[in-house]
Amino acid sequence: MTKRLLLIRFVVLVTALLGINYVAWRWLFSVHWSAWWIAVPLVVAETYSLVDSLLFGMTVWRAKGRGEPPAPLPDRTVDVFITTYNEPVEMVMRTARAAKAIRYPHQTWVLDDGDRAEMRAACEAEGIGWVTRAAHWEGRPRHAKAGNLNNALLATEGEFLLILDADQVPSPEILDRTLGYFEDERMALVQTPQWFENVPPSDPLGSQAPLFYGPIQQGKDGWNAAFFCGSNAVIRREALMQLGITGYVGEVEVGVHRALRTARRVVTRARRQLGPDQADVRAGLDTILQDLGRARRELAQGEALFDVTYRFQRRVDEVHRRLVAADLTAVREDLSAIAELEGIGAGPDARLATVDDEALDRIASREWSPLGAIETVQALVDAVDVGRADEAQPVMPLATISVTEDMATCMRLHGLGWRTAYVDEVLAHGLAPEDVETMLTQRLRWAQGTMQVFFRENPLLQRGLTWPQRLMYFSTMWSYLSGFAAVVYIAAPVVYLTLGVLPVDAWSGEFFLRLIPFLVVNQLLFWLVADGRPTWRGQQYSLALFPTWIKAVTSAFANVYLGRPLGFAVTPKTRREQEGGRPWRLVRPQLVAMVVLVLAVIAGVVRLEAFDEGSPLGVYANLFWVCFDLVVLWVVVRAVRYRGPETDTGGAAALAVATTSTRGGPPA
Amino acid sequence: MIEIEVTTDPRGIGVVVPRGRLNMVSAGRLREALGELATAGTHRIVVDLAETTFLDSSGLGALIAGLKSARQAGGDLRVARPTREVMTVFELTNLDKVLRPRADPETAFDD
Repeated sequence: MTKRLLLIRFVVLVTALLGINYVAWRWLFSVHWSAWWIAVPLVVAETYSLVDSLLFGMTVWRAKGRGEPPAPLPDRTVDVFITTYNEPVEMVMRTARAAKAIRYPHQTWVLDDGDRAEMRAACEAEGIGWVTRAAHWEGRPRHAKAGNLNNALLATEGEFLLILDADQVPSPEILDRTLGYFEDERMALVQTPQWFENVPPSDPLGSQAPLFYGPIQQGKDGWNAAFFCGSNAVIRREALMQLGITGYVGEVEVGVHRALRTARRVVTRARRQLGPDQADVRAGLDTILQDLGRARRELAQGEALFDVTYRFQRRVDEVHRRLVAADLTAVREDLSAIAELEGIGAGPDARLATVDDEALDRIASREWSPLGAIETVQALVDAVDVGRADEAQPVMPLATISVTEDMATCMRLHGLGWRTAYVDEVLAHGLAPEDVETMLTQRLRWAQGTMQVFFRENPLLQRGLTWPQRLMYFSTMWSYLSGFAAVVYIAAPVVYLTLGVLPVDAWSGEFFLRLIPFLVVNQLLFWLVADGRPTWRGQQYSLALFPTWIKAVTSAFANVYLGRPLGFAVTPKTRREQEGGRPWRLVRPQLVAMVVLVLAVIAGVVRLEAFDEGSPLGVYANLFWVCFDLVVLWVVVRAVRYRGPETDTGGAAALAVATTSTRGGPPA
Repeated sequence: MIEIEVTTDPRGIGVVVPRGRLNMVSAGRLREALGELATAGTHRIVVDLAETTFLDSSGLGALIAGLKSARQAGGDLRVARPTREVMTVFELTNLDKVLRPRADPETAFDD
């Protein structure tokens, strides 16, 4: 172990001890319970921050620097995928040419989700492969970038895949520097940093993520939890395909069980409504109920699922044929409802395995005619049987449960026991958003995707993952809850300065003695870990974008549990501020917060000086606190005023005006 | 690398015999062969894996795609006689839990 890592571990331990000491003391001895409405939110927010700090400490505990990479494996086949939806052809070609020039032998493909004739022509003119969605995607959920990649996986055959966003121009040595890690046969993925060339050193939009693409990823790597970030990564095809097959089997199993359950309710209901004169129909429905029971028993006994569903479908077909002759009357009115059933899988992420219970309830509680009931049973089982008729491809290697397919896919790979690596060497140069609106849209989308994964596949509950891996995923999700804490950190000083209400027992010496050492070592840890990389911008944005983080959490929650669409806009492709004034409306909550903070300062000083209310220590401490909040929030003012890089960085800036570095996919 | 023999037996059942390595390179060929059978109206298909020396997840993907089109046309696809090594790949992905390999291609459609 290096001296530096030893030192980091020491500071991690000290930070943890001081943090726990402070927060425990807060809960046990210093919550001002009579002002619970502000005191409890504050102590909860502080606890949130402590957990965040502990998770950060755990992340950097085993930071893994991989040093000089092993020599690349000889004679492997590699496909380089460049994903695009509607980025300018010239920009995609700039990436494609650089990809073609990668030294290690490979085949370059442009994955054109926009199916554009001029894109195709440009590729063909330079001998670059062009892939677009196959015909069977027509009218089926497209799953954005994940779908684009899944489509291309079936059209190509390389053993390894290098995935690049449309703006990520690769270095010629990118494969030579990464393929060697795959000598380990369980290595599924090697991620390299995303670095943006159109960002000035001051990075007003917080585009670079020097702490994430560095110590944090290296830390996750130490726990075998290096994240896949969607671009600039090399992946082993077999790992992805295995994931696809495993996922397929899992979803078919879940889906069939749910279909059989719903089918039983449908038939039971239909049977109850039969008149005394319908003995033959009753017999038919009874047969189906028996068959349903038999199918469920056979599955419980471990019979192969496809055998069970095949026999079941056959028997239901037979009963259906018998009854068609007997009952033709009440059929017509059901037909439209059955057609509706086939639309179950039409939503962007809906499959019967994941569709909400409410939809199944609606199906089950409708009053079907006997024949309608039987056809419903057929349609239900059809929808989830081997066919997965609602999906373009039965096997979807890249996860489609989230708008950020990368994190979900990576977590599942880890769940299957695969390994990943993070290589801390910039091997591709991309373009970051150049205006605040695009930046905000992009951050919202990442946060929403992360929270979707959290709600759908909570990492803490994934049995295939080791505990450190679970915590590494959880840590990233946890960090997106910071929006709620930020609101409390803004509100608490305002409440004190204007109303004189204390959230803590007293602004005592003990309070500061316990808090300040924790804050100091926490910053020291940051400084140590960052090792010269700028971290302040990231710290500012993690608090200042609180409206974005809150919206991400609430909209992802509504999407997963209430089936509401995420409702994000298509990422704007041109700089908005060119259309006129600056978009202050985008940061209105932050501006309001800043005005309120300033007014609170005035109120606090007036109360102290003119009316002698509040303690000087309390007021000055809160003044300091407010100043910190203002300095943090000020970053949004800079962001709105930012007009893009001033110097032309080798032609990139001109292109960047017309593009963004957001993921190259259509909205889900 | 791989040779795929396709025949149709007197009962109208298509028999597909992939000989060699069924991997990411040859999976496309198997998908095509299965697709051609379906287009020709053969919807009951047995894939005899006795001479398949190696199978990876891409190969499994091709089998599933074939299964999907066969079932949608009212038929079925069954696999027979996988070797021990090939069976391991089925087990690794849990596919053996849903798709039961038959011991004999002749009798694969008897139940």
